[in-house]
Amino acid sequence: MSPSSLLFTSSPHIHAGDSIPRIMHTVILALMPATLMSVLIFGWPALLILVITTATAMLTEYLMMKIRNRPSPLGDMSAALTGILLALTLPPHTPWWVCVVGGVFAILLGKFVYGGLGFNMFNPALIARVFLLISFPVELTSWPQPTGLFGQQALSFMDSLSLITTGHLASGKLADAISAATPLGQYHVVVGMGKTVHEALGGDYAFSYISAFTGFINGSLGETSAIALALGGVYLIRKRIISWHIPVSMFAGILIPATIFWILNGSKYPDPLFHLLTGGLILGAFFMATDMVTSPVTPLGQIIFGAGCGLLTYIIRTWGGYPEGVSFAIVIMNATVPLLDQYTHPVVYGKAKKNV
Amino acid sequence: MGIVASVLKKFHGGVHPPGHKDLSEHCAIEPMPLPKRLVVPFHQHLGAPSEPVVKVGDTVFKGDLLGGAAGGISATVHAPTSGTIVAIEEHVVGHPSGLTMLCAIIEPDGKDQWNPQLKGVDNPLSLEPVAVRDLVKNAGVVGLGGATFPSFVKLSPPRDKVVDLLLINAVECEPYLTCDARLMEERPKDVIEGIRIMLHALQTKECVIGIEDNKPKAIAAMQNAVAAEASQSAAAIRVVVLPVMYPQGSEKQLIEVVTGRQVPSRKLPIDIGVIVHNVATAVAVRDAVCFGHPLVSRIVTVTGKGINRPANIEVLIGTQVDDIIAHCGGLKPDIHKVVMGGPMMGLALHQTNVPVVKGCSGILALTRGESSEKPEHSCIRCGSCVNACPIQLVPCSMAWFAKTEQLDQLSKADLFDCIECGSCAYVCPANVPLVHYFRYGKLALQSKDREEKKRELTIQRSKLREERLAREKEEKERKKEEMKAKMAAKKKSGKEADKQNPAAESGNEAQA
Repeated sequence: MSPSSLLFTSSPHIHAGDSIPRIMHTVILALMPATLMSVLIFGWPALLILVITTATAMLTEYLMMKIRNRPSPLGDMSAALTGILLALTLPPHTPWWVCVVGGVFAILLGKFVYGGLGFNMFNPALIARVFLLISFPVELTSWPQPTGLFGQQALSFMDSLSLITTGHLASGKLADAISAATPLGQYHVVVGMGKTVHEALGGDYAFSYISAFTGFINGSLGETSAIALALGGVYLIRKRIISWHIPVSMFAGILIPATIFWILNGSKYPDPLFHLLTGGLILGAFFMATDMVTSPVTPLGQIIFGAGCGLLTYIIRTWGGYPEGVSFAIVIMNATVPLLDQYTHPVVYGKAKKNV
Repeated sequence: MGIVASVLKKFHGGVHPPGHKDLSEHCAIEPMPLPKRLVVPFHQHLGAPSEPVVKVGDTVFKGDLLGGAAGGISATVHAPTSGTIVAIEEHVVGHPSGLTMLCAIIEPDGKDQWNPQLKGVDNPLSLEPVAVRDLVKNAGVVGLGGATFPSFVKLSPPRDKVVDLLLINAVECEPYLTCDARLMEERPKDVIEGIRIMLHALQTKECVIGIEDNKPKAIAAMQNAVAAEASQSAAAIRVVVLPVMYPQGSEKQLIEVVTGRQVPSRKLPIDIGVIVHNVATAVAVRDAVCFGHPLVSRIVTVTGKGINRPANIEVLIGTQVDDIIAHCGGLKPDIHKVVMGGPMMGLALHQTNVPVVKGCSGILALTRGESSEKPEHSCIRCGSCVNACPIQLVPCSMAWFAKTEQLDQLSKADLFDCIECGSCAYVCPANVPLVHYFRYGKLALQSKDREEKKRELTIQRSKLREERLAREKEEKERKKEEMKAKMAAKKKSGKEADKQNPAAESGNEAQA
């Protein structure tokens, strides 16, 4: 056998067959319940936002790889995943140009400036969302009521297209969508004025846990349906794409202080269930904080990271200037990952104290 | 009871590669016809290479010594068959860098005749333990699981150490390989005999044979053999059935599973009272003691979808892989890789005219479908490797340090605790060749260490030289001073003498 015809590489010579594309495909699949729910809840505009953001992200990735003279990695779907995740954090009637700016920012400044997939420090979708939120606060904080895809108040496809691209309906009229604060926003503003939680969420606002559970409340596209998100999250854990460490510790990080403060003063601090079901907590805990590239690799590091995400979220929600803090919390914790990884190494075989 | 845990423990991580043992597990061990040439490397074991004691033109019997052990950790090498030494020269061997090694080339005479002077011991258990050890040492027996550590060393524990347990490694956790399983099925009594001799040499009463549960026939055979022998000795031999998990056949992991204890880092199993020997080594010990036969052959699994006729073959050491492949019907056209050893830790060959050595448990002919190499992507930090590592290292960061040559970081990363089992690379979705980086990192650290020692030595030497020069200079100065002083004193004394002389003279005179 001549030397050249045999492949000569280091062991191991077999592979489990797992691949980056398979991971990305699985995460996208796990996001499908929440994505479908977003369209069901917010109608055609949601679908348009998803398509525009995802397409922009993929196109940016394609162009970047072209410029860098690398084979196109669109097949691994990581750009598509970033696009979908970003879209799911946007308000239901986000204008097209905000989607485009967000998609470009996520891939270009969220990922490629660091060297591409694997080297980015911050979750690309979240860093883009944070950028959009502080740059375009009006567009990022208008919360039209969920009108459904087929309901009486639902917008037609043509109206939706016109709304997203021009800002008014196909007939030229301004959209008369009823806007209202998200539950967290409502709590933030009203309790900030010195009223009680009950006054903020009861009365006209009529916050309902059932609606928050199914998703028919005000909020970003993909964050409202707790059940759809939880379904996807459990699927990811079962498929071993993510481990329980980050979601569980993130929930604990927010629910424990929430419970303590609620017990101490229930009129000022909402109950833990409210914190769990509103805002982007579940989307963040299962799909954002668990982003592999930007979270620790060690189990202990993951627990600290998750707990930090949860705690920071609670602090921002309760005392911060923004009603919601999941994006900020995760992005801040992203910055601690190298340190966490370095100082949370597991105890190596034969080096446990009992052995020495 | 004692050191063996009542419930099997689990080691961290591990992976479940598909076994593929069905390709060859039904193939009975067969002998192989004598090849035309045998290439016997003088270095087939862990430790110092053996030193040739034969010369070109010598005729040898099967079992004659070719190379003598050099140093404390070394092993002898013997002629695998009777014939003539036609050359002693460098020859390609299975080596990661494709290096050559000094080998004795033997042309068999076809008689395959043992040296008639080789005699076994009728009642090994009546021997002094030390005598058993010498027999094993002289027979060139090394660990046949792949590590090839000279076995006599592990049969002669230091006086201050007590061996509580002899652990027989019959796990065979590498996929594809079936040589140990077949050995246990076909020669269970020989295994037990070997174990009895080992227990005697170690003066130990307890033995556990660890077998994974994907080898039911081997388990049954061993259990029967143990039961049949149970009444004959006070020592307790037990078969322990283990759930399949790679790398359970790694010494440290097997010890953890069976005893629930970890071998402290940088220590040996003997430090916690355990000695581990491979099951095939037990048979080699038996052959050495009972028949006086040195280790000149071993059972090799020839398998993979790229070989026409998978088989388990008793192969003479020094048989070239080419000859074995030909004996097994040749390679299939879609052959991609030929591996010596198992698929997880074995060595890929870039040419097949290399000899089988004592540590070679398998020859795998892998097709593209079995072993496709995908391009390396950058790490996405998924943490799969961290979960898979049986040593609880953080493989992804170690690989990064090695790749980017951050040797300072690397030296802090417990790299030398890595057993190179390949679990991390096996699961890596980015196809990072982690083990390759670890090997590179280990070499880089070792050479850095050598460089540093060399530099220190140089500094020390130049310091010493400077000191010596300074001393010499001082000495010279001192001598000069002394000379001067002496001269001065001489002058002075001369003058004084001159001065004194008259007096002396007068004195003399007076005396006179």
